[in-house]
Amino acid sequence: MAAPLSVEVEFGGGAELLFDGIKKHQVTLPGQEEPWDIRNLLVWIKKNLLKERPELFIQGDSVRPGILVLVNDADWELLGELDYQLQDQDSVLFISTLHGG
Amino acid sequence: MPAPQCASCHAARAALRRPRSGQALCGACFCTAFEAEVLHTVLAGRLLPPGAVVAVGASGGKDSTVLAHVLRELTPRLGVSLRLVAVDEGIGGYRDAALAAGGGRRRAGTSRSPSWPTQTSSGAGRWTPTAGTGRSRACCTFCGVLRRRALEEGARLVGATHIVTGHNADDMAETVLMNFLRGDAGRLARGGGLGSRGEGGALPRCRPLQLASQKEVVLYAHFRRLDYFSEECVYAPEAFRGHARHLLKLLEAARPAQQQLGRAGLGPLTPPDQSFYLEIRNSGHLDTFWIGLPPNPSSVRSSPSPQ
Repeated sequence: MAAPLSVEVEFGGGAELLFDGIKKHQVTLPGQEEPWDIRNLLVWIKKNLLKERPELFIQGDSVRPGILVLVNDADWELLGELDYQLQDQDSVLFISTLHGG
Repeated sequence: MPAPQCASCHAARAALRRPRSGQALCGACFCTAFEAEVLHTVLAGRLLPPGAVVAVGASGGKDSTVLAHVLRELTPRLGVSLRLVAVDEGIGGYRDAALAAGGGRRRAGTSRSPSWPTQTSSGAGRWTPTAGTGRSRACCTFCGVLRRRALEEGARLVGATHIVTGHNADDMAETVLMNFLRGDAGRLARGGGLGSRGEGGALPRCRPLQLASQKEVVLYAHFRRLDYFSEECVYAPEAFRGHARHLLKLLEAARPAQQQLGRAGLGPLTPPDQSFYLEIRNSGHLDTFWIGLPPNPSSVRSSPSPQ
């Protein structure tokens, strides 16, 4: 049983284009049976925030390869990736690297 | 699980794990290490001698923004001076927006390429990828070639002795794979070094970020709070590079450990029996792929591969 959580979800590197161009989203995740890990956050984002072309953001149950995920400014690799359990006031940043330099 | 402590300063929480060494570093220590590695690449390869006037190919994108920033940090150590050069190919909605985004923040010498016979756009000296054939796959084929020419001219306009571009390790791996897929033996043989000396009177060029992975370039820009333009060229979905990039992404996803394209080249036999080989280094384990007959392993020429 997961309590409601207030988190900041941010998009950069071009990923914001899939979200109406809005980079920062303050979201309240409702209380639910399932824990609020990144896996479930992605499901929630796809359902509630993603405006177009989901295949450019999500692949399977994770993010598309080439999209970096930082939680509180740390690479999600260090935190368990999809299994990381979100805390209240966490900040999750998705940066796309899929464009010319 | 909480993030481990930084292995360098032991004070801050680690923000990432370096792909090659597996070392966990905080943002500040990572940026310092990144800059030190670029410095090492330039010094060890003797890419930019003291006194060089270095034209930085600056598109306003992530790689050239990071390149310009890092080189500016390193100019005291290197004893070189920098000039920014931006090329405007006239790609609407992409290059114009990028240059507008970057232009206000930096002084840049802009190169206008001379009139090409197939030029269709108005404005002195600009060419567009739609010249002649309309929107077609051929656009990407010559876009890069013409941009490199324009970059050369822009560099001369600002009095440069060397040109640098922001190509990263992922770009290089894609290029190797593209040449392999096209069977371009010439390019495969010429590639692999850190730059070109400059033949036929061309300025020497190099790629100081060549050994840095794309992910680390983006993370460096993030931790240094660098602004860059991040939209995709409208023609990019049609470009051949996309196939190579897609394949590399699939390979990375299939193998959880970091991957590095080792080297590609020609087998020792002569045509028509000649074969191509492609090595992919995967955290110490080496996979070699052959097209054509693999020769006796003891007869394979060895050549230096990127570190």
